[in-house]
Amino acid sequence: MSDTALLGPQEAQARTASVTANKAIARPWVSGSTVVMVLYLLFLMLPIYWLINMSLKTNLEISSSLTLWPRQITFEHYRKIFTDPSWYGGYINSLTYVVINTVLSISLALPAAYAFSRYRFLGDKHLFFWLLSNRMAPPAVFALPFFNLYSAIGLFDTPWAVALAHCLFNVPLAVWILEGFMSGVPREIDETAAIDGYSFPRFFIKIFMPLIASGIGVAAFFCFMFSWVELLLARTLTTVNAKPIAATMTRTVSASGMDWGLLAAAGVLTILPGALVIWFVRNYIAKGFALGRV
Amino acid sequence: MTKTVNNRAWLLVLPVFAVVAFSAVLPLMTVVNYSVQDTFGNNQFFWNGVAWFQDLLDPSKELGGRFFEALWRNLLFSAIILAIEIPLGIAVALAMPREGWTVAVSLVLMALPLLIPWNVVGTIWQVFARGDIGLLGWGINRLGMDYNYTGDSFDAWATIVVMDVWHWTSLVALLCYAGLKSIPDAYYQAARIDGASRWAVFRTIQLPKMRRVLLIAVLLRFMDSFMIYTEPFVLTGGGPGNATTFLSIDLVKLALGQFDLGKAAAMSLVYNLIILVVCWVFYTVMTHTDASRERVEA
Repeated sequence: MSDTALLGPQEAQARTASVTANKAIARPWVSGSTVVMVLYLLFLMLPIYWLINMSLKTNLEISSSLTLWPRQITFEHYRKIFTDPSWYGGYINSLTYVVINTVLSISLALPAAYAFSRYRFLGDKHLFFWLLSNRMAPPAVFALPFFNLYSAIGLFDTPWAVALAHCLFNVPLAVWILEGFMSGVPREIDETAAIDGYSFPRFFIKIFMPLIASGIGVAAFFCFMFSWVELLLARTLTTVNAKPIAATMTRTVSASGMDWGLLAAAGVLTILPGALVIWFVRNYIAKGFALGRV
Repeated sequence: MTKTVNNRAWLLVLPVFAVVAFSAVLPLMTVVNYSVQDTFGNNQFFWNGVAWFQDLLDPSKELGGRFFEALWRNLLFSAIILAIEIPLGIAVALAMPREGWTVAVSLVLMALPLLIPWNVVGTIWQVFARGDIGLLGWGINRLGMDYNYTGDSFDAWATIVVMDVWHWTSLVALLCYAGLKSIPDAYYQAARIDGASRWAVFRTIQLPKMRRVLLIAVLLRFMDSFMIYTEPFVLTGGGPGNATTFLSIDLVKLALGQFDLGKAAAMSLVYNLIILVVCWVFYTVMTHTDASRERVEA
């Protein structure tokens, strides 16, 4: 690690100006970077703190006064979500289609990414661009036709409809990420395996996939993420049986006004799966981003 | 790495091609079909030619006026958030800690907003910005400023912009951080020996190394802000009036709200075409920079 590059401008100047100066002056106790970082993280955490704060208050306290922490902590909202099937069912529905989508996207993308990373073939560049352009397609354009399509083939209101619909942007993404990782594996490995008498499927599963395990992890992370956060298609393609939690949350609007505490508690619970996944892949996140492929 | 020509590789790509074609081409064909027809209801359609497209692209017509308003509104929004998020993201990436336990903590906290469902992002800002129960709204009102994001269009815009910055700046920052991590220490040491200033190090070493990731960051942020739907829909519902009705919100209103299939289909196609063109420009620039970099390194 080099020091100068990491110092703020004032410090670097101070250093070059008087090397012999007192260390306390040349290197302030708190650097500019720390200040930026702390302020930014505060900005990120403030709304989340407020959501958690709200979820632990009674509705009476929410509407009557503004308090920075709950005067009377209640877990009533959480209890309601975990005991009412129409609430916790939403979480199960969401997780079902997210998992189906992630497995489907990765298993389809693996062979395709291998083809793109190893071979040139007729129309490969155009195909790659066409795939990528689907990652950028606005879901609003596809909402209505998807509704017609999945109603016609009888998949409407099943997790499969949403999982397949999310393949539209997750499969291209998985191909893109995996292709990057696969290009980093030398071709000699493929050739050596062929000489050793490995058939292609055996080579792919036994030798190649372990080599790009971290790439598969990163791709799965991003598939999970984009399927988990999407709502427009998920809501359009479901009504009752496969309704995602995000759509269930609109139930908090009732005749007696908004049930803010319940809404906040449901929101907090949707953050948790994401937080868990991030914690497990934290060491790979930077790696996945390092390929510049999201 | 030279690749061998092998058309049998198509067999490996076929499953992906089939699935994406099923979810992309088939629905788009439906849209094309609707865009040239009109209906009296009862599922009776008749040929309408390019009339919907003429209406759509003529700003003096009702449909065209509405479309261009939403388009300019959306472009302005994209421009604003790019102007804020890209510099801020670079600054945060430069300020990221390099080693120790703070790295993992910062990474996890920064990635958190990215994994919150988009409607919950809207909800979070709703309960945060409301004047009666939200910390932000209450605080601003206490400072003596009149703030109400559901009544005043400037406040609505400001809230949506801040929400988007909150939601997505981390993506830019993480991309830039990854780009910075790929710079070898030797570059910095050389700069130190040359007595380069902090600014010179940034201009000549860090910025060029971040070029590719920055390009991707701009592309992703432009695209995603150009099709933003859920967050403003939850927060403002497109209002007050039509002040925050962006393209996707307008399209969904037209298609699923009014069930105006022909108009919505024509709008979908033009919308998609704009995205495709922008995407192609970026893709060309990106592959071009890749190729020129390979030439330099070879």
